[in-house]
Amino acid sequence: MFEKKQKRSFKEWFHTYEGQKLYVSALFLLVPLVLLLTFTFVPAFNMITYSFQERDQFGVDPQFVGFDNYKTIFTNPDYFITFKNSLYYLVGSVVQQIVALLLASILCSEIRAKGFFKGVLFFPYLMNGVAVSIIFLRFFTKGNPPLTQEGTLNSVLQMFGIDPVRWMDAANPVLVNCCLVFVSIWRYIGFDIIMYIGAIQSISPDLYEACDLDGANPFQRFRYIVFPSIKPIISLQLILAVKGAISVFEIPYIITGGNYGTSTFVIKTIETAFKKKQVGLASAMAVVLLIIIIIVTLVQKFMFRDESEVEARESAKKKRLKMSEKGAA
Amino acid sequence: MAAAGRSIKEQAKSGRLVVTVLKYLTLVVGCLVVFIPIVVILLGAFKDGKEFANTGVFELPKSWSFGNFKTAFFEGKVLLGLRNTGIILLVSCAGTILTGTMTAFVIQRFDGYFTRAVKGLFLLATLLPNISMQVTVFRIVSKLGLYNTMWAPIILYVGTDIISIYIFMQFLSQISVSLDESAIMDGASYPRIYFSIILPNLTPAIATVLIIKFVSIYNDFYTPQLYMQNEKLLVVSTVLYKYISSTTIKWEVVFAGIILCIIPTLVIFLSLQKYIYSGLVSGSVKE
Repeated sequence: MFEKKQKRSFKEWFHTYEGQKLYVSALFLLVPLVLLLTFTFVPAFNMITYSFQERDQFGVDPQFVGFDNYKTIFTNPDYFITFKNSLYYLVGSVVQQIVALLLASILCSEIRAKGFFKGVLFFPYLMNGVAVSIIFLRFFTKGNPPLTQEGTLNSVLQMFGIDPVRWMDAANPVLVNCCLVFVSIWRYIGFDIIMYIGAIQSISPDLYEACDLDGANPFQRFRYIVFPSIKPIISLQLILAVKGAISVFEIPYIITGGNYGTSTFVIKTIETAFKKKQVGLASAMAVVLLIIIIIVTLVQKFMFRDESEVEARESAKKKRLKMSEKGAA
Repeated sequence: MAAAGRSIKEQAKSGRLVVTVLKYLTLVVGCLVVFIPIVVILLGAFKDGKEFANTGVFELPKSWSFGNFKTAFFEGKVLLGLRNTGIILLVSCAGTILTGTMTAFVIQRFDGYFTRAVKGLFLLATLLPNISMQVTVFRIVSKLGLYNTMWAPIILYVGTDIISIYIFMQFLSQISVSLDESAIMDGASYPRIYFSIILPNLTPAIATVLIIKFVSIYNDFYTPQLYMQNEKLLVVSTVLYKYISSTTIKWEVVFAGIILCIIPTLVIFLSLQKYIYSGLVSGSVKE
């Protein structure tokens, strides 16, 4: 008798919204949470543990080595050079932002075939990274390794009477890195252009009108209207560029395989883990990358909280103004 | 006075003309930089082996034959790559939409300590750098027996995709709770609310996620390269990579393969252009 009553009440409870909330939460979150734990948090925990160990390929009998792995990363020039290489990409992304901003502001002005230009400039962003890399292998060189110099770029240069250049030259890592940075800009710039177009178009047309009345030329217009309005986005992009520069992987991995002094931090990590099978050291590298990313993210959050607060204050001001206008009317 | 006024006007006019010319010039140069590397690939794809070796990169092919494309498609395994990529895309998209909307629904609609904690976990996970995490993910994937199966990339694409959950959450916060409440008044259960109110209303967000997913999975190289070494499991990216990592490279066939692999992207881009611009940008801003 008693048991029956309890059962019924459980059943009843099960159909109340409280009960439903509980079982729906459990049911809906089960799979995503299991996946999150197994493929993100457990590996992250392992990563930190392994980073203090010397491990062989099979993880048999790992030895605790303290901070030795971290010391290797920052003292062994073979590893430390990858930080230097990421500077190329950092500088590259500054150039990328400037060019993207220029193209975006042109695309926002009165111009024919806007859609076409926008589409062409954006399309590389959607292309398969391996395809892009092979296309540029051909762009800089020709034929099977050892590569000859009759690539597309040299053919273009010859049309202008310029002597061919050895782009992929082991003796000139600076040039090779610059080439790779160029490929990276080529691939990713379209995205920035679209972002900047969105930002520029969200500027109030009243400002432009006022600007035209004052007889400003396009450069003044950019300097005093467009630039201040999109400054937050530019600074966000530059912060994200740090993240991007340290995590460069695909393009150099496919085009040069990290040879010719073009190895990046992530390429080195992957090589250390899967070619040299030094999982401990590789884990330490992954942890270093994680720390850099956390710092960058904190900086970004900190700066953007300020921005959004300013925005909120301004919109409140506008609202108050509108209210008072209404009141006056 | 009048003359001076006119000359200022004329100056302004010619100044504007110069600016306009400069604008178009910049755009045309930009487009050439995009086009030239690709056009060379396209021309090369139509040449036969001898012709390819002996002609300049900008020389037109003698005949527009599709022989290389045929070779790349069948012998060069582009067909296989497209098929495998298609399967992986389909399953992972379905998985992401289901788990992503469900997670977003619970986190966004049932406010409480538990759901807030879960939200925090997901946000924390966005910090972890994907590629270098593979150092330890690899061990787990192979321990689970997923190595060299399509499940490895599928599970990673579904299980570590936090951006999608974020987009769904953002979108859900704009769907009024009063919709849910009126359904509750009518006696609908929460699962019912999810399936007949939330899911249909999330359609635009789902479209955004599908676009982002397509671009990232179709172009992903590292996950399949690491987890699917089996010849039968080649995907678009790894098929192309295989070409250039072999010792003898038939460039004209490689180029044909590249063109074939770009065509699906081009078709999708041309047909969904507007949604792609807004989708990708909204996806990144919330990152």
